[in-house]
Amino acid sequence: MSTKNINIQVLRAKAVLIRREILETLHRAGSGHPGGSLSAVEILLSLYHYKMNHRPKDPKWEDRDRLIVSKGHITPGVYVVLADCGYFPKEELQTFRKMNSRLQGHVHNKVPGVEFNTGSLGHGLSVANGIALGARLLNKNFQAYCLLGDGELQEGSIWEAAMAGAHYKLDRVCAIVDYNKVQENGPVNTIKNLEPLIEKWRGFGWHAIEVDGHDFQQLFKALDEAADARDRPSVIIAHTIKGKGVSFMEGDHKWHGKAPNAEQLNKALEQLK
Amino acid sequence: MNTTLIATRDGFGEELVRLGKSSDRIVVVSADLEDATRAEYFKTAFPGRFFSMGIAEQDMVGTAAGLSLMGFIPFINSFAVFLTNRAYDMLRMDLCYNNCNVKVICSHAGLTVGEDGASAQCLEDLALMRVLPNMVVICPVDTIEAQKATRAIAAAKGPMYLRTGRAPLPVLTKESDPFRIGKANVLREGKDVTIFGCGTMVSEALQAAETLGKEKISARVVNMHTIKPIDEDMIIRCAKETGAIVSAEEHQINGGLGSAIAEVLVRQYPVPMEMVAVRDTFGESGSPQELLKAYHLKDVDIVTAAKKAIKRKRQEVTPHG
Repeated sequence: MSTKNINIQVLRAKAVLIRREILETLHRAGSGHPGGSLSAVEILLSLYHYKMNHRPKDPKWEDRDRLIVSKGHITPGVYVVLADCGYFPKEELQTFRKMNSRLQGHVHNKVPGVEFNTGSLGHGLSVANGIALGARLLNKNFQAYCLLGDGELQEGSIWEAAMAGAHYKLDRVCAIVDYNKVQENGPVNTIKNLEPLIEKWRGFGWHAIEVDGHDFQQLFKALDEAADARDRPSVIIAHTIKGKGVSFMEGDHKWHGKAPNAEQLNKALEQLK
Repeated sequence: MNTTLIATRDGFGEELVRLGKSSDRIVVVSADLEDATRAEYFKTAFPGRFFSMGIAEQDMVGTAAGLSLMGFIPFINSFAVFLTNRAYDMLRMDLCYNNCNVKVICSHAGLTVGEDGASAQCLEDLALMRVLPNMVVICPVDTIEAQKATRAIAAAKGPMYLRTGRAPLPVLTKESDPFRIGKANVLREGKDVTIFGCGTMVSEALQAAETLGKEKISARVVNMHTIKPIDEDMIIRCAKETGAIVSAEEHQINGGLGSAIAEVLVRQYPVPMEMVAVRDTFGESGSPQELLKAYHLKDVDIVTAAKKAIKRKRQEVTPHG
């Protein structure tokens, strides 16, 4: 699926449609996490439409690149992008968070395209490392991506994994931090500051790249650079805006885990055209 | 009975090397206690399939989960306290919720860790592991059974917990004895009371049965090597045939083997039952034998419990007449 000459205008238009679908899906469900879904849209689209080798009709293809969604609450973003890729019918988004649906509130591997169940933070990076170690033993060369939240980096287990990734020189691992600067109860830097973040990763031995996480060109370049890195894992610190695209959600922690009502949805959709 | 004393951790370590020879899908992820758990034998034999995460139990579990997604069968290992307590969320989410084929080997369980004291003496692991959906929980009785259990969990799919110990134990079983996950073994027949034990406590139970025999009390002893799935048929059969039950475990009284047996009895065939276990307290430094005595986990304590259960059986009008 790695179409290097992808039309960025087309992808930008897709990002708008994805954001609309995320909000509609959340509204129908009546609960869920808009802020971190909206901030990760360009990251997810860059992975699924530019960088990752994957086959929506053959989700278990053994040479596929893997993505572990460590910030497991951004199901609206992940599921909408997967449905758009053709992993499952779009109509199924109607069942999000409902009884008997595959579309669980936090990412679940019964959804085609989801590799691993998460929802408790701080888990994904170790799993991505394990996949990369296994791939190395099998002489496979695919990438293991891990999408991390910024607040999640307050979990100690992430740094256990960061140390292991560098120690084992897991150059097929690429972590992407959706650095939207806001967590459940407020700004990350007032709750427990992560800075200096890029220096932390570099200090842990990672190849660290900083980008505007809403700029496709920067994301593409960083993903290429990460895949080319040797002898050390890479991390892309993607500076994003929580709730990106909806003025009244942007930067507001109250939209971390709350669905829009009908009026709010309409107001948001007015802005996403 | 063979009088050689060998710790269950040794049986595990030796068997893991044999497994490693027969399958290159066996890998070990460690957290710097492989010397103590005996996973070190594997590390020496197959350095390319051994990965230490350093003193980072959470990372060990998650990394093993990732390796299992690639078709490997990772054996993770540490002291029971560190792995089951420190990394509980990872065991729940990464292994059980994802139903990953990872084997969790915990040595140094129970009071018989001895001199290191309460911080190292895990007395809650069976309770913690048993409430996790998908997790199988096994506590072998001796080194031979530890070997069989290691083979059995490698062959079966899904997350599995193997509790091993540091204390040298008598070898109670033979190579030819059957071992099936979830199928308890009767080690001594009896008709007045059944003593269900696991691990260390089985030899204490056999000693207790010997003492009771001298007083004309006939005690059955069952080796309950699998705590989950618990052998319900065996529990009900023993309740019906002996009418009195004693459980014996090197574990807290809350939530372990005794609780698992009681849950079956109350639902299916209530009979008087007594529990020999640590009574909601932490341990302390001491020799294994001193500790078993001080915390009432000796054969004499099982004898007392058995007599009490039998007395209750005679006094109480049970629903079964």
